Amino acid sequence: MRKLMTGDHAAAYAAKLARVQVVPVYPITPQTAIVEKLSTFAANGDMQAKMIDVESEHTAMAACISASTAGARTFTATSSQGLSLMHELLFWASGSRLPIVMAEVSRALAPPWSIWADHLDVISERDTGWIQIFCESNQEVLDTILMLYRLCEMEDVMLPAMAIMDAFVLSHTMEPVQIPGQHRVDEFLPPYSPEFVLKAGTPAVFGSVAKPDTYAEFRRGIDVGMRTAAKRLVEVEEECQRKLGRSYGGLIEEYRCDGADVVLIANGSVVSTARYVVNQMRQEGKKVGLVKLRAFRPFPASELVKVIGSKSTVGVLDRSYSFGNGGALFTEVRGAAYGRAGAPRIKDYVAGIGGRDITPEVLRAVFDDLLNGPRGQSDIAWVGLKDEPLIKGIGGERDG
Amino acid sequence: MPASTKAPIATATSKAVKTGSWRVIRPVFDLDKCSGCLTCWKFCPDVAVEIVDGRPKVNYDYCKGCGICANECPKKCVKMIRQELE
Repeated sequence: MRKLMTGDHAAAYAAKLARVQVVPVYPITPQTAIVEKLSTFAANGDMQAKMIDVESEHTAMAACISASTAGARTFTATSSQGLSLMHELLFWASGSRLPIVMAEVSRALAPPWSIWADHLDVISERDTGWIQIFCESNQEVLDTILMLYRLCEMEDVMLPAMAIMDAFVLSHTMEPVQIPGQHRVDEFLPPYSPEFVLKAGTPAVFGSVAKPDTYAEFRRGIDVGMRTAAKRLVEVEEECQRKLGRSYGGLIEEYRCDGADVVLIANGSVVSTARYVVNQMRQEGKKVGLVKLRAFRPFPASELVKVIGSKSTVGVLDRSYSFGNGGALFTEVRGAAYGRAGAPRIKDYVAGIGGRDITPEVLRAVFDDLLNGPRGQSDIAWVGLKDEPLIKGIGGERDG
Repeated sequence: MPASTKAPIATATSKAVKTGSWRVIRPVFDLDKCSGCLTCWKFCPDVAVEIVDGRPKVNYDYCKGCGICANECPKKCVKMIRQELE
């Protein structure tokens, strides 16, 4: 069935199709519509799930952890400050190897107060051991949530994951979304049956102490699970293509990179705008290409290097910023390319902060900057600041 | 389940994890004053107070010396004594 719906509602339909059993939730703009829709599904009996109203996101995640430990397929959704409040418990979820799936509507952090699109909330949770997948469209939100349950519940992965969509651009904008039939989803996503569950009759110790002689192995295990997830995601995408008729290329997607001199790496909803600009500029004979970074964790270092290794200049579009250093995607891409023979010049374009529009004109200026080659000493530029040139290097400042 | 995805879940008891060496002060009971109410037994967070003939007896293999028993004892018969370095 094809329906016109927002990204928020696409996430809710996905949770329903995944037959989630427990949904602990706390509302926050612009995520609230997800849990409102799920509450409606549950109240109408369209979904056999226990909704749990809690007093904070910290508790929402605590309830997710408990439910998942008891063997339930568990879902929640949050955004921005709510994700930050979950921070401590995000580690408990990954450290306990619980395949909780969350819809994360990425939104700026305060102050100043902002409810608009910005990736800093998600990037700040980079090291919590959660798989992080950025979505470009509402359809991708729905499909990604289904794929993430399939992926996370694999016995050699067993990690939590967030499906990330940009605030308002996706969460509150309607697009046509294909809703797969329940029987097809059931064929793709078997019921969750973990090896260990918390239940009467089989006592076990959950969350106990690990002394220095055992702790490190558990942490390394998370890394192995994460790296395994990188491989398994590609397989899950293939299975999704076979069974549900759609896939998104795995960790990254190359778009018109063949024969491109310069390539822009971007993630989230702006990728669609960038496709449009690439098509325009290609028609004008300009050799530009695009890489959509779908996965941020696990980070697709080798996949990226394969694509960008032969390019002269690579741009990274960052919708967040690590103060005193640079955009997170930029520093990680540069880290991935470091030491490889013929590594390209890599430039950072910080844009779309706090929901500022990234228009085709802005992206065209970024591509032109890349095509014009390195200018000045600065590899980091902020884009579209008031009373500044459109692309303003932070040159002159320390390490700029 | 592959070793790399093992969750930190123990299906055995934690009896093997002896935490008594963490202790810097130890509870010493004056059983002449003890009424046998067993408040100490109820409150010990480490289940290190055992009951022998209706009276408390500390298992020093697990007692971390937190002093909750001394604090809760209504007869004030528990003294926390600084451990001698051994």
